[in-house]
Amino acid sequence: MHQTPLHSAHREAGAKLVDFAGWEMPLHYGSQLEEHHAVRRDAGMFDTSHMLAIDIEGAGAREFLSGALANDVARLKEPGKALYSCLLREDGGVLDDLMVYFLREEQFRVIVNAGTADKDLGWLEGLRAKRATGLKLRPRRDLAMIAVQGPTARGKAFLALPELRWGAETLSVFSAVTIGELFVARTGYTGEDGLELLLPAARAAQAWASLVAAGVRPCGLGARDTLRLEAGMNLYGQDMDETVTPLESGLAWTVRLSPERDFIGKAALEERRLSRRLAGLVLLGRGGVLRAHQKVHAAGGAGEITSGGFSPTLERSIALARLPVGCASGERVQVEVRDKRLEALVVKPPFVRHGKSLIPKP
Amino acid sequence: MKHPNNLKYTESHEWIRTESDGTITVGITDHAQDALGDLVFIELPEVGRKLAAEEACAVVESVKAASDVYAPAAGEVVAVNEAVVDAPGDLNKDPYAAWLFRIKPAAGFDAGKLLDAAAYQKSFS
Repeated sequence: MHQTPLHSAHREAGAKLVDFAGWEMPLHYGSQLEEHHAVRRDAGMFDTSHMLAIDIEGAGAREFLSGALANDVARLKEPGKALYSCLLREDGGVLDDLMVYFLREEQFRVIVNAGTADKDLGWLEGLRAKRATGLKLRPRRDLAMIAVQGPTARGKAFLALPELRWGAETLSVFSAVTIGELFVARTGYTGEDGLELLLPAARAAQAWASLVAAGVRPCGLGARDTLRLEAGMNLYGQDMDETVTPLESGLAWTVRLSPERDFIGKAALEERRLSRRLAGLVLLGRGGVLRAHQKVHAAGGAGEITSGGFSPTLERSIALARLPVGCASGERVQVEVRDKRLEALVVKPPFVRHGKSLIPKP
Repeated sequence: MKHPNNLKYTESHEWIRTESDGTITVGITDHAQDALGDLVFIELPEVGRKLAAEEACAVVESVKAASDVYAPAAGEVVAVNEAVVDAPGDLNKDPYAAWLFRIKPAAGFDAGKLLDAAAYQKSFS
């Protein structure tokens, strides 16, 4: 199994380690619930070094990405700006979701999921060979990644790593800056404020230790999953994959179908009739926990939960579910939970943002 | 992990304590709660329900997964611990204080056939 540069730090901290996409990663360091609350109320951090940064360099980098991504890199006007996008197949199926950062003209960085990294790299390399032979794609396995998240995360990160302060204190949301050998982005996967740091692998353990000393709590994949679910963010491989389009995955806002641009998958998205959509569910009453693959019965037909669990912030069970397109927020549906059918309310995600509930009190 | 010597165990990770009135109290072991992670939902049988031995009769759900709890003996449910339903996390803190249900075992029940602490530890290690 692959190990990140922070592997021994996790081991020493008593992490429960699990296989995630071929990487041995911390699930939690004792209590997943407490780690979740640390991020909502204070500051927590995640080792995300299993994800892959790919630098795209050379003349035509912008045009290359414009043709490859469903979202429009023309939106990235100022250096440092970040954009979330899907990478699509010709038939509109989602190959991956990623972040793309505009570093400077002719230089972009994308960060892709661990489980899809090789596939993405192969896909992008294939496109490059066909469309932009002058471009260079550089996978950056030499970099470690740490996501520091929570209402006090930035302040604690500046205490731990003072060199960040100069360039990153005024960083606006969804922007990044390069400070020496550090790359700092004000982005994340939790619905809280925070930073994502990319740094040379050799410096990762020291930075992690300094962040711990500044009061940032190490958090595992378990809390990362409940935080992103509360924030209404999709998990690739679970809420979407190559068999669905972004329009069926709650990601229409990330697809720019303007007439003046073309991208792989565009024609298919314009043709396909939408029959399903991704929505949020909140379990009414108690009686179980919503989980992936449970069947949903709505007035307009059947659906299925793609991600579900217990929301530590709301203290109730929530889920993302793929439902018939006519199924509206406010509607009640039934979910098959073990041997019972339980009532749930259809809502529009996110469920939680900046520590506060966004769903109507049942 | 703690598995006290004064209790009996099953391979399906229940602990059993025989009370002075002959009823048995059932919970899940320290090993089980550790493997499950933070518990968030518990469903208990109704008092009065007649159980067959090894029948699934309660559910404990953690942040990770749902898991059935099995009756270690045939008999009738005579009491349940409603307090853990309201605070499932208590089961992580002290799995031996946070009992789940109590059974009046049917005639012929022999606690001696259950695992002792050493045999239980061996069953999963």
